[in-house]
Amino acid sequence: MSRKIIELKNLTKSYNGTKAVDNINLFIRENEFITLLGPSGCGKTTTLRMIGGFENPDSGDILFEGVRINDLPPYKRNINTIFQRYALFTHMNVYENIAFGLRIKKTPKDEMDRRIKKMLKLVELEGFEKRHVDSLSGGQQQRVAIARALVNEPKVLLLDEPLAALDLKLRKEMQIELMDMQKNVGITFIYVTHDQEEALTMSDTVVVMNNGVIQQVGSPVDIYNEPKNRFVADFIGESNILEGVMIEDYLVEFAGKKFKCVDKGFQHNEPVDVVIRPEDIDVTRREDGLLEGVVTSVVFKGVHYEMLVESNGFEYMIHSTDMQEVGSEVGLTFGPEDIHVMKREVTEIEKQG
Amino acid sequence: MKNRAKLLAYPYIVWMAIFIVIPLLLVFFYSITSGNIYEPSSLSFTLEHYSKFFDMLYLNVIWKSFRLAIISTVLCLVLGYPVAYIISKSKQKHRSLLLLFFLLPIWMNFLLRTYAWMAILSPNGFLNKALEFFGLPPIEIMPGQTAVVLGMIYNFLPFMVLPIYTVLSKIDKNVLEAAADLGANSFITFIKIILPLSVPGIVTGITMVFMPAVSTFVISRLLGGGKELLIGNLIEQQFTIYRDWHFGSALSIILMIMILVSMAIMSKVDNNNNDDEGRTAMW
Amino acid sequence: MVGRTIKRIYIGIIFLFLYAPILVLIIYSFNESKSRGHWGGFTLKWYGELFRDPDIIKALYYTFIVALLSSLISTVIGTFAAIGIHNMGLFGKKIVLNINYLPVLNPDIVTGVALMTLFVSVNMRLGFLTMLISHVMFNIPYVILSVLPKLRQMNRHMAEAALDLGATPFYAMRKVVIPEIMPGVVTGALMAFTLSVDDFVISFFNTGSGVTNLSIVIYSMARRGIKPSINALSTIMLLTVAVLLLVINKRTAKGDELIP
Repeated sequence: MSRKIIELKNLTKSYNGTKAVDNINLFIRENEFITLLGPSGCGKTTTLRMIGGFENPDSGDILFEGVRINDLPPYKRNINTIFQRYALFTHMNVYENIAFGLRIKKTPKDEMDRRIKKMLKLVELEGFEKRHVDSLSGGQQQRVAIARALVNEPKVLLLDEPLAALDLKLRKEMQIELMDMQKNVGITFIYVTHDQEEALTMSDTVVVMNNGVIQQVGSPVDIYNEPKNRFVADFIGESNILEGVMIEDYLVEFAGKKFKCVDKGFQHNEPVDVVIRPEDIDVTRREDGLLEGVVTSVVFKGVHYEMLVESNGFEYMIHSTDMQEVGSEVGLTFGPEDIHVMKREVTEIEKQG
Repeated sequence: MKNRAKLLAYPYIVWMAIFIVIPLLLVFFYSITSGNIYEPSSLSFTLEHYSKFFDMLYLNVIWKSFRLAIISTVLCLVLGYPVAYIISKSKQKHRSLLLLFFLLPIWMNFLLRTYAWMAILSPNGFLNKALEFFGLPPIEIMPGQTAVVLGMIYNFLPFMVLPIYTVLSKIDKNVLEAAADLGANSFITFIKIILPLSVPGIVTGITMVFMPAVSTFVISRLLGGGKELLIGNLIEQQFTIYRDWHFGSALSIILMIMILVSMAIMSKVDNNNNDDEGRTAMW
Repeated sequence: MVGRTIKRIYIGIIFLFLYAPILVLIIYSFNESKSRGHWGGFTLKWYGELFRDPDIIKALYYTFIVALLSSLISTVIGTFAAIGIHNMGLFGKKIVLNINYLPVLNPDIVTGVALMTLFVSVNMRLGFLTMLISHVMFNIPYVILSVLPKLRQMNRHMAEAALDLGATPFYAMRKVVIPEIMPGVVTGALMAFTLSVDDFVISFFNTGSGVTNLSIVIYSMARRGIKPSINALSTIMLLTVAVLLLVINKRTAKGDELIP
C-alpha cells in the first residue's frame, strides 16, 4: 500500500450554526482516485474546499504529507483544483490560461512552451493555443481547466463536480478520459460528485457522505455489495430494504421467516436492516419460492424488466430478463450471500421522538 | 479569503460616512436650529423653519413645482413611449444608430441645451423671427410656465425613453408569438402583453423624469425668467441670496421627504420593479 | 404600410424637436451680427473669439481637469469599493448599497447644499478642492453600480482558481479579477467623466474663489446675455461628441452598451 498523502482529523465546519462537515476523519493515499459521494448539502464540496484552502475548518486538522496545513493559504498548497464550471479566465486565451501558474513561478519561456505543448497533447487540444476560451465547447473548456491545473504538476488534484455541466454522452467519454489521465500522470485525484454511477465507475475508493458525516468508505464493489447502513443502500443503486431481527450469527428473520445469511457479529435478536438488491432476486414458480407474491407492475428498461412484486405487504423491486404478466402469482428466491444485514441506525428524528 | 476582500470596502465606508451621511445629518441639524451657523454656541432648537413653510406663499411654490413636474412627466411618457416602442421594433441594424442619434443631444451640456431654448423662445428669438417672416403674430411663452415645461420635456425625455426601450427590447419574442398563436391581434397583444411587461421601465422612467423636474432650479430660472419660482429656486435663494441656511435646510429636508414618498408610492405601483436594472441600463 | 409611414413621421417630429435648438445654435454660431434677432452674414469670427475668451478658456480648463481627476479617483475608489462590497455579508452589503444609492436618488440640489454645509462647517474654503471632492462623491456611486453587475456575472470561483494556481491575493486581483471586470470599470469611468463634465447644480454650490466650470459660466451668461462665442462652443462640442459616439458605435459590436 502506498503512503497517506492527505489526512483529515476531526474536521468540523459550520455555517450559521448548521454543521456542514461534522467531525470527519479520513485519509487519502498517494495515487488514489477517491470520490466523495453524496446528495447536495452533504458536506462533500465543503470538505474539498477545506483541502483546497478556500474554507477554514472550525476545528480539526488537515495534514498534507504529515504536515498540518490548516493555515496555509491556497496559493502555497501543492494542490490544484478543477472548479465547477471550470472558472477559466475569460480575458485570456487557452495558452495564457494554462501558462497562468507557470508564469507565477517564473518558469523560463522555452520550458513553459514545452510543458504547455505536452499538456495540450494530453488533453487533445493541440493547436488551440490562441483560441479564446469563450469560443470553446463545454468539453473543450473542461480540458483546458484540466490542463491548467495539471501543468503545475500538483501532488493532488481536486475535482468539484467537473462533469456536471456536460451532456450525458460527453460525460461518459470524459469519465474514461479522466481515469486514463489519472493513471498516466500518477496524481492523487479527489473527486466530488452526487452521481453514484460516476463514483462507482471511476474511483478506487468511494466515500459516501450525508449530513456532514461519512457514512461509509470502501471500494465501489464493497460499497455496492456491502452497504453499511440504510442510507448507503438507498443512495447507491436500487435496493429492497426490510426491517428484520438477527436471531444469531448466520441467521436472520424478516418478512415473517428465518433465512440463512453470511453475516455475523450481531447481538442475539438485534433489530437490523436487511438489503436485497433487485438483481439478486430470482422469480420462480410460486411453489418454488422462499416468498410468494403477486406482480403489480412491469416496466421494460432496455436490458431488463423492472418488476414490482407484492408479498406480505412489502413491495419488492426485481430486475430480471424474464418477463412476468401483471397479476400473475410468483415465487421469489435468493441465496444467503444475497442478503446483506446492516446495523439499524437510529436516525435523528427517531432519537428525538 | 472572502473576509479579507471585504476590507477593500472600508475606506469607502469611511468616505460615505464623511461625504454622504454627515452632510445630510448637518442639513437636518440646521433645519431644526436657529442662530448663527458660524457660532455653534448660538444655535438653539426650533421648529419654526418647518412651520414657516406652511405659509400659502411657500405652499403655492410646492404646488407649482409638483404640478409642472407632473405635467412634464406625463407628457414625457406620452411622447416617449411611442419613441421607445418604435426604436425597439426597428430593424437591428438601424436600432443602435437610431438610439445613438436620439441620445446625442444629452451629451451636450445641460445648460447649453436649456440656453438653446432661450434662443428659440425669447420674445425676439428664432421662433418669433420665423413667424414674423411668414407674417404671423408672435408667440409669447417665454418667460412663462409653458416654456419651463417645454424645457423639462426637452431635457428629460431621454430619461423616459431609455428605461422603457430597455425593457421593451428584452421582451422575449416567443411571448409575442405565443400571444399571436393564441389568437390575439396586435392591439390585444399590445394591451395585454407588451404594456404590462413594460411597466418596470415606465416606473423607472417616471422616477427619472419626475425627480430632476420637481427639484430643478435652472430650467425655471432660465426659461421662467425669475418669476416662475419652484422649490429648487427657493432652496437656492436661501443658500445664495438670503443666507438663511436654516430655512434652506428645512426646505431641502421637505423636498427630500416628498421625493422619497413619491418614489415609495411609485414602487408600490410595481412592486417587483427592479430599479437598479433600468437605471444602469441608462448607460 | 400606413403604420410605417406614421411611425416615420412621428420619429421625424421627435428628432426635429430634439435637434431644432441645437441647429439654431449652430446657425447663430456663424452669424456675423451679435444680436440673435438679426442675420448679419456668415462669419467664423466667434470661433476665433472663443479661444481668446479668458473666462471660457478657464472654465473649459477646470471642467476637464475636474472631470479627468474626479473620474480617475472615483474609478479607483469605486472599483475597489465594489470588490469589497461584493464580498461583504448580506446585511452589511444592503446597508452600504443603500447609503451608496443616496446621492443617486437624492435631488442634486439637496446633495449640493448638503456638501456645501459640510465644507462651510469645517471652514473649508470653497474652490477647486471642494469642487473636486464633490464630483468624486457623486461619481463613485455610479462607478460602483456599473462594476457590481460585472462582479456578479463573474464565475464565483474565478479568484479562487487564481489562488489555486499559486497567485497571491494581490496578484489574483491584478491579473484576474480586475481584467475580468474591466468592461464595467471602463463604463463606470466614462459615466463618471460625462457626469462630471455635465454637472452644474453640485458644482454651483461647492465652488468659489474664481474656480468655475462650463455650466456655471453658461448659467451666469444666460442671465446676463450670452456671448455668441458660446454658440461656437456648442457647435464644436456637438461635433466632437457625434464623431466620438459614431466611432465607438462602429467599433463595438454590441454598440448599445456603450451609449450612455
